[in-house]
Amino acid sequence: MSASPLSLDLSRKPRAGERVVIGLLALCAVVSIATTVGIIAVLIFEAIEFFREVSFFKFFTGTKWQPLGDDAGDYGVLPLLGGTAMIGFGALCVGLPLGLATAIYLAEYASPRVRAILKPTLELLAGVPTVVIGFFALNFITPSLLRPVFGEDRVFIFNAASGAVAVGLMILPLIASISEDALRAVPQSLREASYGLGATKRVTALRVVVPAALSGIAASVILGLSRAVGETMAVTIAAGNTPRLTVNFFDSIQTLTAAIAQTVSGEASAGSARYLALFALGATLFVLTLGMNMISNIIIRRFRQEYQ
Amino acid sequence: MTAPATAASAGGSARTARGVTRGATRSRASVVFDIVFSVALFVGTIIGIVALALLLWTIYDRGWDRLADDPIAFLQNFVSRRANRAGIKAALWGSIWLMGLVALFCVPIGVGAALYLEEFAPKNRLTTFVEANIANLAGVPSVVYGLLGLGVFVRFMRLGPTLLAGALTLALMSLPVIIIAGREAIRAVPQSIRLGAYGLGATKWQAARSLVLPAALPGILTGTILALSRAIGETAPLLVVGASVAIFQTPQGLGDRFSALPILIFDWTQRPQQAFAVAAAAAIIVLLAVLLAMNAVAIFLRNRYSTRW
Amino acid sequence: MSDVGTVSDEHVAGRPEVQPHGPAPDAGEVVFDLKNLHFFYGPFRAVRDVNMTVRKHEITALIGPSGCGKSTILRCLNRMNDLIPATRVEGQILYHGVDLYGPDVDPIEVRRRIGMVFQKPNPFPKSIYDNVAYGPKVHGIKVKNMDELVEHSLRKAALWDEVKDKLKQSGLSLSGGQQQRLCIARAIAVSPEVILMDEPCSALDPISTIRIEELMIELKQDYTIVIVTHNMQQAARVSDRTAFFTAEATDSGDRTGLLVEFDMTTRIFSAPSDQRTDDYITGRFG
Repeated sequence: MSASPLSLDLSRKPRAGERVVIGLLALCAVVSIATTVGIIAVLIFEAIEFFREVSFFKFFTGTKWQPLGDDAGDYGVLPLLGGTAMIGFGALCVGLPLGLATAIYLAEYASPRVRAILKPTLELLAGVPTVVIGFFALNFITPSLLRPVFGEDRVFIFNAASGAVAVGLMILPLIASISEDALRAVPQSLREASYGLGATKRVTALRVVVPAALSGIAASVILGLSRAVGETMAVTIAAGNTPRLTVNFFDSIQTLTAAIAQTVSGEASAGSARYLALFALGATLFVLTLGMNMISNIIIRRFRQEYQ
Repeated sequence: MTAPATAASAGGSARTARGVTRGATRSRASVVFDIVFSVALFVGTIIGIVALALLLWTIYDRGWDRLADDPIAFLQNFVSRRANRAGIKAALWGSIWLMGLVALFCVPIGVGAALYLEEFAPKNRLTTFVEANIANLAGVPSVVYGLLGLGVFVRFMRLGPTLLAGALTLALMSLPVIIIAGREAIRAVPQSIRLGAYGLGATKWQAARSLVLPAALPGILTGTILALSRAIGETAPLLVVGASVAIFQTPQGLGDRFSALPILIFDWTQRPQQAFAVAAAAAIIVLLAVLLAMNAVAIFLRNRYSTRW
Repeated sequence: MSDVGTVSDEHVAGRPEVQPHGPAPDAGEVVFDLKNLHFFYGPFRAVRDVNMTVRKHEITALIGPSGCGKSTILRCLNRMNDLIPATRVEGQILYHGVDLYGPDVDPIEVRRRIGMVFQKPNPFPKSIYDNVAYGPKVHGIKVKNMDELVEHSLRKAALWDEVKDKLKQSGLSLSGGQQQRLCIARAIAVSPEVILMDEPCSALDPISTIRIEELMIELKQDYTIVIVTHNMQQAARVSDRTAFFTAEATDSGDRTGLLVEFDMTTRIFSAPSDQRTDDYITGRFG
């Protein structure tokens, strides 16, 4: 079987079938753009309709959120923003120290065997559905933790602290894993320089490694906050549905997301102010989380460049 | 190596005239701090694990007996006002149907998009924009996807609060995750393989279809199953789209009103009666069992079938 | 197997000995004609002023220190550089008189006729059989008997006896030298005219290296071979003509590769015209 000489025709062949296939593949990628356009379009259109019924000013400065019936009532978002802020702050109070401690421990102290056990366990925690965490908050954190410690008359059945702890547990794995990546990215030579000067692990970790990884850690915190802000089920179950401006973590509150969940569970007819409020809340939520995600991305990109 | 004088400040020591720290021991305070620090770190790490254990124990403690007493009935009954007669049949099957539909939609589109972005897309600003967009979509709260579904599928396309609307909503939510996982699996295929194919005169599509995709398939499958296992536990989007609790049949068609396991758990959790809390815990056990099974399959696939280069 | 003779050792200040081979049948016809070729990565000129020819049924070697563009020029011959963004070619590469970079030339068709074997063996994660069958399948060549084609290609690559009982096994299960011969069989299966080899032995042990060198000399009866090699002795052993490249620093501090000398291998290694060639051959630098 000898080699049959090929012609010298090097001209381009049509290959139309391939072009069609590649076009279809490109269309698949475009679906993602369509999704974003869809989200923005829905939120904007319906929010505009909402702001025709409730003024922009009243929405963003009103301190009472109490929709009555379909179109009456108060639509001031500040209590909801307050509730969201409390959950976010509280969740960080739980998730940041625990997540950072986990990250430092895993990156600097733990042996590979311990890491091999601990990391998947953290993944497990990250994989628990939020509604299950909400159940845990309502049926354990509040009755068996918060109320015995702080007193039954002080802690409501639904309270912000319970929601904050629950969400904190949810963002713990996120902060831990991103921070651990940041810590591990710190070059070993920096640690060795510190050990060589006689510094202990603690001093090295606190004075050398953590400061070097600070931007990655900061990014993880912002991402964690973003997730806490967007979380719906755990806070709806545990923190209550009482929109109120307060600083008392043992009160029940309502977050932006819980307000959406509550409105949707009720009987709001389409086109009513109550229905349209959903999208105004959604738009607020979207802008908040998008902003935080973008800030975190900028920080991550900057910290990657430091070691490139 | 003699420690320079600066290290001496880390602990008390005798600084001789020559400035060399001889017989230097760290101050007791410093040693204590070191120990306290590492203990604190360990405790901090353990707390997360303890919380997980407490969670699992709470669920087990509340729900196990309810489930173990009569699992068949629990799985076969529909919801009821009487907590001890309530079952998860409609919700469970609703979730199964949803997952099937989400997979049907997401896998071809997600893999197609991943393939396009990795193998064919020119490296220009439009492509970068698409990639950044996908990354951002992955971080959008799930409840916003619910609003998207409500506005577009339920209202604008007049699908109503049906199985199809719910599935499409969850699919759009899972798509960015699947695309990202698919891209990683495709990227893991070594460039030398592609070059070998191109050197033989294969086109990009031929190399992608006959070499890259089959090699990336285990990774793609694993990522897809993991994404689906996340979707199955999502409540908020379905809540907004209008999933119900009072459903008394398994899904018969795409236009049916539907229920789902997390929706049912949410409803039961919120009821004041203890018996419903117990039922909720039992349902959670079923949900977690399904999740565990899916993750186990994904990990098994990854370990068994990934190509060792 | 043709008689290669003894492989000579390099003398410290001497020249590698060239084993002359008899003139190959219908040798001489020009396959590639490179005229004033320059290669650019973006604005940076990586190689300049390449003028040489490649003749049918000969082995042409590109030698020189690293970084002077030998592999880059090799990749120009089958337009693999097209896959790197922002590259461009100035000057001409004529393939049997046809401008390889002409506007209507399909790189896919080019690569059908000009195959490539890479530095690190890269068999596909498929069976040995499917590796060899891949090329013909992809080109939609209607093969009456694929088994025959696979056997024929593996025989020509001197691999058949070692794998004939395990054709269904993965190509990745072979040793390094066997993998490289599999890649050669894979390239042969599409009946190319030219086979380009980019340092095909640098990742292999000495024994595999010798086997592949022997294979090359066999193969040139049916194919035209262009090989890039770091190993001067290898070039001296197997090639008919040799092109010597070097690199020069430019004003901006980069290094641009260039072709110093191109001639019959015997002359390059015994009486080179350029002092730089002589320095490299005798080991004074490079």
